[in-house]
Amino acid sequence: MQFFSGSTSTESSLLPAAPPGTGAGGPGNNAHMLYIFNRAGVCLLYREWNRPLRTLDPQQDHKLMFGLLFSLRSFTAKIDPTTAEKGNLGVPLLPGQGCSFYSFKTNTYQLNFMETPSGIKLILITHSRTGDQREALKYIYNLYVEYVVKNPLYVPGTPIQYVHSAFLNYYSVLKRVLLLIVSDN
Amino acid sequence: MAAIYSLFIINKSGGLIYYKDYGSAGRMDTNDSLRLASLWHSMHAISQQLSPTTGCNGIDLLRADTFDLHCFQSLTGTKFFVICEPSAPYMESLLKVIYELYTDYVLKNPFYEMEMPIRCELFDLNLSQVVQKDRVALLAR
Repeated sequence: MQFFSGSTSTESSLLPAAPPGTGAGGPGNNAHMLYIFNRAGVCLLYREWNRPLRTLDPQQDHKLMFGLLFSLRSFTAKIDPTTAEKGNLGVPLLPGQGCSFYSFKTNTYQLNFMETPSGIKLILITHSRTGDQREALKYIYNLYVEYVVKNPLYVPGTPIQYVHSAFLNYYSVLKRVLLLIVSDN
Repeated sequence: MAAIYSLFIINKSGGLIYYKDYGSAGRMDTNDSLRLASLWHSMHAISQQLSPTTGCNGIDLLRADTFDLHCFQSLTGTKFFVICEPSAPYMESLLKVIYELYTDYVLKNPFYEMEMPIRCELFDLNLSQVVQKDRVALLAR
């Protein structure tokens, strides 16, 4: 793990291998925000690094984000041109059911989305011209599994908090990983 | 060989004014296409609210597992979006060409009422010529 200079040996052995192509570049400014939601819509994690404009208060913002993703998934499942048999619009979809989108782009930002089979939704908002972030999202999900899910003191369904030093490690690792991965694009 | 699966045109209030399917397995009836168009209009607007910086104009490109959706919004708020194969090239120029056809054959038609569904023969004719043309010819424009 030559990317994490200065980390302890135990930390580097627990981390899964970083995706190929992540160089030891300088800190990048590509990532704006990160959201992690669970199946019920509870925002487990919200981190922002660069957000000059905030239109709503945090609670409304999380609800809007979750609602947008829910609707977009129904939309893509229904408009899918390759399958003939589709359910009705508005029916709640199971994770993995129907065609799902993985990214959308506007002129100011790019939203990268990943839903796991357990219903955990990861959303990474980056600069408009970054490349495909699916590998980065998988890596972040692995970090979540290693440091949060496998922590016996974490109560599933509650927001991830700074309680123990293990969580502190998770945040510092997450931030470094994001800077390295996203700045590579 | 068609370059796209389907084309939707939405007026500035979010109502569907034109829908054409070019051979997808998921051909939809009118009600479904109306609902999807309104849904897209709302999501386009919500995506502008979630922008971390000012000056967002809504979703330009949506990438899914089996298709891509390219959207073009004119200065007057009319939205044109196409469902195409993943990574299909030159969709933005196709959308601009369709917008040109819209201004020529629909807006300049004195019998066309604004914001109403498009029923202009010449528009349909020219549109199918543009879409069915080979991609190489499209590039040469």
